[in-house]
Amino acid sequence: MAVSAVNAMHRLPDLSRVPVVDEVGVNERVARFQTRSIKSASKIEALKLILSMIDLTTLEGQDTPGKVRQLCQKAIHLHDSMPGLPHVAAVCVYPTMVGIAREALQGRDINIASVATGFPSGQAPLSVKLEETRLAVESGANEIDMVISRGAFLAGNYQLVFDEIMAIKEACGDAHLKVILETGELGTLDRVRRASVLAMHAGADFIKTSTGKIQPAATMQVTLVMLQAIRDYFYETGRMVGMKPAGGISQSKLAVHYLVMLRETLGNAWMTPEWFRFGASSLANDVLMQLQKQATGVYQSADYFSKD
Amino acid sequence: MAAKSKRVPVAKTYKIYIDGKFPRTESGRYFALEDKKGAVIANVCRGSRKDFRNAVVAARKAQPGWAKASAYLRGQILYRIAEMLEGRREQFVAELRAQGVANRAAEKEVDTSIDRLIYFAGWADKYQQIFSAVNPVSSSHFNFSVLEPTGVVSVLAPDDSGLIGLVSNIAPAIVGGNSCVVLASESMPLCAVSFAEVLHASDVPGGVVNILTGFRSELTEQFASHMDVNAVVYCDADKKTAAAIQVAAADNIKRVISRVRIRWPDASAQHPYLIRDTQEVKTTWHPIGV
Repeated sequence: MAVSAVNAMHRLPDLSRVPVVDEVGVNERVARFQTRSIKSASKIEALKLILSMIDLTTLEGQDTPGKVRQLCQKAIHLHDSMPGLPHVAAVCVYPTMVGIAREALQGRDINIASVATGFPSGQAPLSVKLEETRLAVESGANEIDMVISRGAFLAGNYQLVFDEIMAIKEACGDAHLKVILETGELGTLDRVRRASVLAMHAGADFIKTSTGKIQPAATMQVTLVMLQAIRDYFYETGRMVGMKPAGGISQSKLAVHYLVMLRETLGNAWMTPEWFRFGASSLANDVLMQLQKQATGVYQSADYFSKD
Repeated sequence: MAAKSKRVPVAKTYKIYIDGKFPRTESGRYFALEDKKGAVIANVCRGSRKDFRNAVVAARKAQPGWAKASAYLRGQILYRIAEMLEGRREQFVAELRAQGVANRAAEKEVDTSIDRLIYFAGWADKYQQIFSAVNPVSSSHFNFSVLEPTGVVSVLAPDDSGLIGLVSNIAPAIVGGNSCVVLASESMPLCAVSFAEVLHASDVPGGVVNILTGFRSELTEQFASHMDVNAVVYCDADKKTAAAIQVAAADNIKRVISRVRIRWPDASAQHPYLIRDTQEVKTTWHPIGV
């Protein structure tokens, strides 16, 4: 059993055998996660955990070195007037900005994630994608967020997508590889599940919902389907894979619902920044405002928190 | 044999107004509004601080766009509110009467409210000229002061008035480009909810006016302390409560505007200073000459 599990890791699995997703069941389950009563003490812990899981992100055409430095400052100094806060897990930038982030985060325990492989569309030749990945890693990225070729996936060319992920994984070296499925373009939960299985077998360290450039971005529904795929993959192979919902999560309350879902689907082992991330830009400030509210009892204003 | 059945009247559910929508209170709590004889007129939402928080988020989001609308457009929209209110005059009179206001007084209150909206609509493109100034300074600068809306205004509407007190406090705030969150009269909340329907049909962008119903004792502190509120208006707080509002408002130095002991139906209760209350003066020094 163990031997076949190791082999299975680098062979395209038979995707026709991937379980079919019960969409109604998923909706009902997701609705349940949102009704859990969370007491104040747990809420504060959850909020701090969320902060530590954030990949603080800026992925705009208008990004400048100054903007990236500012983002790094934000990552280091979330809200200094509140002692005892964790720092975010990583900053996430374009490959050309990795060097600048590296400099700005010198000596800090904050990872640098870089998108690569023709982000966000993934419409680039493999050689370019590999070159971009190597460049990002050489510039100092320790996490690579790649996008899959949705066009190939939707055309049924699974082997090509699979081989691409494997090749990128190799180009990453020691850097962690997060595979973005761009679920908003996949259309159905069944395809989300299939793409998750494919990515994990190809060697993804993390699977990630979205680029943030396509609506809908992360939803609880697709995240649940991906978490279930991770769970079944873990039972099958014994390898843990991380999860990163990204895009559209800007409210603390929603982020807490995601944690509830994570806890009830994968359990405590995944409740760390090592295995779960939020890709977000404005979530951090909302979490900080909620923490301040818990401390003072007064609802907060964005005026008193650094811009992100 | 059963007699021919009478039609069952369809009673209105009085909900709150947040972000251009009519949700029920997040808390799921209600209180029964009774007439003088103790009969229940309606169940009214007992708004919670979370409703207030949601309303402030909506008000904050809506404010910049509303402030950017031209003075002329804001005036037109206020005029439109008056038109819509006129069309639903009978309903408002009936609601005031149900809450214990005498027939003649109720009619007069609704008429005065409509007229007051027209009054403030007229001020939309005029208050800026009245309150702005070119200031003489002893250097080669062109120095001028203009008004800008303060932002989000929380209003504890007068308790002893079902409609005119509400209208008289909302209109001057929004005509100046502010958004507001209003706590309706606790003893006469019905017209406030119906007035929200009027606003909803008058091209007032969602979130510019948000109306909650509920208990003063639960919400006053929140109205005064919220860090994202720029000014708080109260109309009938006792001395102790007024002091508490001042203290809670100090955290983010929000403007505290006291409008106690004002007879809202009187003509003396309408003046442009109500608009200026929720404006900030911006002074600009512009170099001239060499």
